[in-house]
Amino acid sequence: MPAASTPVSRRDLLALIGKVAGGAAMYQAMAGIGLAGESGYRGPVSLQGAPRGASVLILGAGIAGMVAALELRQAGYRVQVLEYNARAGGRCWTLRGGDDYTELGGYTQHCRFDPGHYINPGPWRIPYHHDCMLDYCRRLGVALEPFVQINYNAYLHSTQAYDGKPQRFRHIQADYQGHVAELLAKCVNAHQLDETVSTEDLERLLESLKSFGALDADYRYRANDASNSRRGLAIEEGGGLSPPGEWSEPLQLSQLLQSRLWTGIASSHGFHTQPAIFQPVGGMDRVAAAFARELGSLIRYQTQVLRIDQDERGVSAHFTDRVTGAAGVAHADWCICTLPASILSQLEARVSPRMKAAIDALPYHASVKAGLQFRRRFWEDDERIYGGITYTNLPLTTIAYPNHGCNMGGKGVLLGAYMFGANAYRFTAMDPPQRVAEIVSLGAQIHPQYASEYENGVAVGWHRVPWANGCFAAWDTQKRAQFYADLCQFDGRIVLAGEHVSRIPAWQEGAALSALDACERLHRRAVAS
Amino acid sequence: MAEFIRRCQLCRRWLLLVIALLPGAALRVAADAPATAPRAIPNADVPPFGSLSAETDGQKLYETICQGCHMPDARGAKGAGMYPALAANPKLGSAAYPEYIVLNGLRAMPDIGRHLTDAQVAAVVNYLITHFGNNAAEAATAADVAALRANPPLR
Repeated sequence: MPAASTPVSRRDLLALIGKVAGGAAMYQAMAGIGLAGESGYRGPVSLQGAPRGASVLILGAGIAGMVAALELRQAGYRVQVLEYNARAGGRCWTLRGGDDYTELGGYTQHCRFDPGHYINPGPWRIPYHHDCMLDYCRRLGVALEPFVQINYNAYLHSTQAYDGKPQRFRHIQADYQGHVAELLAKCVNAHQLDETVSTEDLERLLESLKSFGALDADYRYRANDASNSRRGLAIEEGGGLSPPGEWSEPLQLSQLLQSRLWTGIASSHGFHTQPAIFQPVGGMDRVAAAFARELGSLIRYQTQVLRIDQDERGVSAHFTDRVTGAAGVAHADWCICTLPASILSQLEARVSPRMKAAIDALPYHASVKAGLQFRRRFWEDDERIYGGITYTNLPLTTIAYPNHGCNMGGKGVLLGAYMFGANAYRFTAMDPPQRVAEIVSLGAQIHPQYASEYENGVAVGWHRVPWANGCFAAWDTQKRAQFYADLCQFDGRIVLAGEHVSRIPAWQEGAALSALDACERLHRRAVAS
Repeated sequence: MAEFIRRCQLCRRWLLLVIALLPGAALRVAADAPATAPRAIPNADVPPFGSLSAETDGQKLYETICQGCHMPDARGAKGAGMYPALAANPKLGSAAYPEYIVLNGLRAMPDIGRHLTDAQVAAVVNYLITHFGNNAAEAATAADVAALRANPPLR
């Protein structure tokens, strides 16, 4: 296309759209011109020809440790995995009725959910581009189902807006887009963009704004068929002789802007939370269970690693059997250590000062999740919310409804809170009954039915999880630049893996990809030596 | 002259802190400082710490942040790793060391101080160093915290 007909660059246009129409529109535009990300997964690894008798010790049976164990055993290595817990999975973890969970400080929560209900205290989603996790789920026969990331009938809620009354996502999104589109169309029609956008593009822009904002023929966003095709009617229509519906009235622009509820629109636009996004049927720990089934007796459970030593011949991990109290030592030629840096930084480990500095440089984020069981799925029965997420400025941040068992009636367990930052510290600092009680009390501001329908609940504060001491590694740009390479380097016969050793922190995909990377480097070294 | 005295006081505090951070120092009890201490980041650009932004009571700050890990009795906890006891901890015999740790974090401990005001850091440190069997003679002040934040002794 000749330069004369494109007076606006791609970047300028994006900036313009971003400024006028908001991040959501800009993201749509960006995706449209193909600036989407790419997966770091290059397909199943195929490591072959492990040196005869070569052995690998893997510390931690989380996703990273089990991915490594599976691939290295396949390559012919003798593999042993040491795991602190009595179960596999680490943060890939699900709580169900009958489970007991004792946090640091000694408080034990007895999960009393009914059969079929659960909560994932850790990871709960697998997005469409986490190719490595999706591949393992397929290979290991882990059934997935859609995770409802965007529910147009769930709420956006602020105690500071609309008298604290929760607003439907579809109203906020339709009205925000509609008002913004109308404003931008006004600018176009008042010739305010003539200098920056070509005549031909202005026509397309107007056309797109009508589509984006559900504007009428005069480029206005009003109570009419166009807007109501998005936000829904005030009185819905039926069949036969039923009366015609009635239009609903859009929210006022000024109130909408002041409400800040538009922040909730972008919540699912991020690359890692875009639909399609999945959850394992029955709970995230189905993934862990599938790996553990494959690995069988390679995993030594209830084994607390105390010290990691190495010399030019091999690696040894000194451990305590948590059941018998007996001390033991595991030896191997190589070691993949997947313990979180929050734990590893406290162990005696013979690694170089540079790797030690990197391990010691990683703080861990606070986070709290709660699962609440209600005797009735009132969010479905009363409010037509089937799965998906409500966002609030209450400390809860998030209420997520179960994505399975919809429209079947009966009980339900929802995610009553998913906190980070200050609120996560505050709620972690409470004892569990107080934690749950406060979450139930706050949630009743959004769903008054909490008061009568609540049955029981559990709440996990990640800094009190005895084998994690935090939720996930808190990388920032400066730390990444200063320490990441040192954390990833092979250190003698030891290499690290886990979400903290990836550029996709907090996600299982990062843990799995770091493990594959570690396996490939380990194999090259072992073959060369 | 007042400025000179103040500078001397700051130097003394820093000296104490450097001693506390030195490998093998007598005051070293629980956790070590990182080999390369990152520079403390002034909190001007960091959003206030949500619901805690207005809290200035040291005990409340301890109960809403610190005790999540260090526990209500400040005795810490042990699992696969551990949280050090802050109770009767010789490292809390003066204000400078806990100020430094709150501002900079230590290993898995986040640099909580970047979300807190100087006065909040001083308040929670004062609470810590005068409770749980700690008996520091010298109190933390917001001015000391500000100075430490702006010019950490280790870079």
